[in-house]
Order: sequence, then structure tokens, then C-alpha cells
Amino acid sequence: MNGTWTQIGYLVASVLFILALKGLSSPRTARNGNLLGALGAVIGTVVLFLSGIPLNNLALIIAAIAVGSAIGAVSARRVKMTQMPQLVALFNGVGGGAAALISVIEYLEVGGEDTLALTATVFTVVVGSVSFSGSIVTFLKLQEVMTTRPVIVPAGKYVTILVAVATIGGAIWLVVAPQTWLLVALLVLALVFGVLFVLPVGGADVPIVISLLNAFTGLSVAASGYVLGNVLLIIAGTLVGASGTLLTREMAKAMGRPITSTLFGAFSGTTAGGGGSGSDRPVRSGSANDVAIMLGFASKVILVPGYGLAVAQAQNVLRELADMLAERGVEVDYAIHPVAGRMPGHMNVLLAEASVPYEQLKEMDEINPEFSSTDVVLVVGANDVVNPAARTDKSAPIYGMPILNVDQAQQVVFLKRSMRPGFAGIENEILYDPKTMLLFGDAKDSLTKVVAALKAV
Amino acid sequence: MEGMDANVALLAIFVLSIFVGFEVVSKVSTVLHTPLMSGANAIHGIVLLGGIIVTGAADGALEISLGLLAILLGAINLVGGFVVTDRMLEMFKPKTKPAPARESGSDA
Repeated sequence: MNGTWTQIGYLVASVLFILALKGLSSPRTARNGNLLGALGAVIGTVVLFLSGIPLNNLALIIAAIAVGSAIGAVSARRVKMTQMPQLVALFNGVGGGAAALISVIEYLEVGGEDTLALTATVFTVVVGSVSFSGSIVTFLKLQEVMTTRPVIVPAGKYVTILVAVATIGGAIWLVVAPQTWLLVALLVLALVFGVLFVLPVGGADVPIVISLLNAFTGLSVAASGYVLGNVLLIIAGTLVGASGTLLTREMAKAMGRPITSTLFGAFSGTTAGGGGSGSDRPVRSGSANDVAIMLGFASKVILVPGYGLAVAQAQNVLRELADMLAERGVEVDYAIHPVAGRMPGHMNVLLAEASVPYEQLKEMDEINPEFSSTDVVLVVGANDVVNPAARTDKSAPIYGMPILNVDQAQQVVFLKRSMRPGFAGIENEILYDPKTMLLFGDAKDSLTKVVAALKAV
Repeated sequence: MEGMDANVALLAIFVLSIFVGFEVVSKVSTVLHTPLMSGANAIHGIVLLGGIIVTGAADGALEISLGLLAILLGAINLVGGFVVTDRMLEMFKPKTKPAPARESGSDA
């Protein structure tokens, strides 16, 4: 395969990647779009093998591809849908790590004669490493291996700034005077920076950070493509860098958070919000029977599913409840907050898994005007997305985030495991409102009981 | 194109790709944010090719080991990314039974 055919092959793969992103932007074409992307990846890989580049360690290379593909496919197949965000974070991280490694090797083999190539190499090492370690921290946060609260290191801000300055300074120095030890030092600094960068980010902002790191990895892949003179890497990496940046902005907008506040001192410092003084205040709790009666005799009910629903695997029971209510003539809708679950759109995926009809899922802007004419809102495992502190309390970390206006409904029922605050770690005033009833317990158990009670009503 | 500097050509590709990247994902509903992020994540797994290129040219033991690690990580990103995105999107497929036929509104 000569050079021209190789380039044409890469062009085909690039077009397929563009079509993939285009397809992923619409529900009807999304799945085919993803398959086109996969096809593009296969074509790109085959073209590379046929292109006649030197392939010294062919057997080892093929073995590494096989093992990596198997690990990727099996973990993607096995992961529970609730844990999918952290798997995406992890995949993103290893991609960034791969880009950084490639540049390190390229540096060791070729060294740095060309300043432009050297700059791209250094960029890839730094950005790829930040993406790698940052993604690992987001993974640990989402997996709840470590706290989801913002971690504030003493004098952390100054340490972070210091590390950032050292990283940038080291990067410039390396371009001016290439030395291997400096490259290693830079790699370590960038890894440390990635950790410091993500540590102070609060749980609710983690999705935005994943999206941003995704864009970072894209850019580092593009830069490594420049170093290697590979057009496909440049195009694919840049596409992801650009679309990832836009997507990050969209997500931040959906949460009503300026991107700068997410990144620089989001939720930093005083977080606990509301001072936690309310924990001892009385709440009104009820039984499954009470809830069944309220729902059964309502004329309009809105269901607000949250991450707790997914964790309890209660999607199917919720749908059963919704179906029963609909049969009784109750008007039922699902209100989906853009960031319900752990990532924008996550809840739609989880409910689709339980075969909830697509058209019953109402987005926030569509459903918010309807709460005031709603008899009962049933909140299942959601908290931050219905917390009015986002509207009223300027000191609350979620202040400014658009929320579902459940407090405007006649009555609100919360299914909760405990009085523990949500992912963002803030008290929710609605819980203490006299029109609110709480039903404590695992969401699935509670819903099952409500369904049983409703049959008797 | 005659005499176009190779670096300028690459720069042109880079700049145009930025615009295409912005253009294709504008106006995405929040419903698809997660699959889109995941799909974009899979696409940068193409970094696998970079791993293959450097490992194919490597001879030192250190370079080869690092290269194989890069290939391993790249393949995880690429294959895992596409598979997990497909799993998410599998659920968006229209149901075979006519779902909207079920009356879910008032009994008026």
C-alpha cells in the first residue's frame, strides 16, 4: 500500500469519525453513528498495518492489541449501567496515558531537534498526564472509593498554583533545552497537577470535569498525531477536543454553573452549606399505605427519579407504579433533570433500560411550569436537583443550578434511605416543609410496598 | 497546493477540524450528552495507532515495554469506548411493540 492509498484510507476513517459525532447528536441516528465510528477505527487500524511502516515487534504488538481489546470489551459489557460514568472516566484516562507514553517514547527515540515537534511532544506529555491522573481521581470519586465532597488540601490553592507554574516553566525549559531527566520530572509534575486539579471539585461537578478531561485527551492525541505525522490522529483528536469543549460548556450551562467556577475553586472552602443545623428538626414521615392513598387519589402525579433509584435498581418497580396509576386514570409524567444520575442524560439511559416509554420523559424546561398544577410529586432517590437552596441560598455550592420546582406542587413525597444529604452534600429545606412526607427505606423495597398497597386501595 | 508547507497543511487540517468538531455537536439535546461524551471518548482511542507506530519503530527494551503499555491502554480506550457507548444506545432503540398506543393520559 503506497502513501497515497494510506492517506485516502485515513481520510475515509476521518469522515467516518465526523459522521459518528454527527449521528450521536440525534436519538434516531445515535446507535448507527457509534457503529460508524467503530468502523472508522477498524479501517484506520487496518490501513496502518498495510501502510508499510516498519513494524519490528509485530507479534508483541498484536498481543497487546488483543489483550487491551479484551479488557476494554469485557469491562464495557460487564459494567452496571449505574457505574457507567466512572468507566467512561477510566477509558478517558487510559487514552490520555497512552498519548503521554507515546510522546515519551518518541522523545527517547528521536530526541528533540525540531522545536515545533518538541513543543507538541511536551504538550502531549503534560496534557495527557493531567488527563490520566485527573480521570483516575474522578473515577475514585464516582466509585465512592474516596469522598465525593471537595477535598481541600491545606494551602491547596497555593500548592496547585505552584505546581502549575512549575509544570509550565518546566515545559518551556524542556523545549529550550531538551533533557531526559526534565521530561521525567515534567511527567511527574503533570500527574500531580491532574490530582490537585480534580481533588477540590465537588461531586456534582464531576461530570463536567470528565467532559473537560475528555477534550484534553483529544487535544493530546491530536498533538501526538502531529509528532508522528499521522493525519488521522490529528483529525480525530481535534474533533474530540473541539466537540468535547463545546459539550463541557453545554453541560455547565445545564447545571447553571460557569465553567470557571467549576474549575477554579468550585465548591472550594466552605461547603457544608446551611451549617447542618437542621439535622435535628422534625420531619413528617409516612407509611407505604399513606403514600399509596395519596398517589391513588391524585389526578396528576409527577415522578422525579434520581441516582438513588438507579442504585436501588428500582426503575422497573417505578415503571410498574406509573403504569398502575395510569390505569387508574392518573396523569403521570417523569421529570428528568438534565444532570439526574451522575452525568447529563444518564437518567434517560437508566429509564430506557427499564422500558419506560420515551415520550413520558419530560425535560426540565418542559415540566417545570406543570408542578404548580400537580397534586403529588414523588421524588425517588433524588435530592440536589430539587433543592430550592439552588434558587435562594447564595452560600450554597449549588446556587444558580436550575432545579425542578417540586416545592410548587401540592404535596411532595420523598423516598429516601436516610436523612443523609445528596451528592453535593447540602441540606434540603423541602424535607422539612409541612407538605412533604418522607418514606424511609431502600427505594426498591419502598416502591414495592407502595405498589402492593395501591392494589388494595 | 503546489509548494504548500507540510506544517501549514497540518495546521490547516487542525483548524478545519476544530470547526467541524464544533459544528457537528451543536444543538445536542441533554438526553444525548452522556452517549456523545462516551462516543467522543471512544474516538480518541485511535491513539492506539500512535502506540503501534512508535512500538513498531522501537528497539530498546524500555521503549518497547512503554510502547506495548501504550498500545494496551489505547486498545482499552478504543474498544471499551465503542462497546460501552453501544450499550447505552442499545436502550434508545424503538421498542418493537407500538409503545405510544398505550393510553397514559386522563380517562376523560
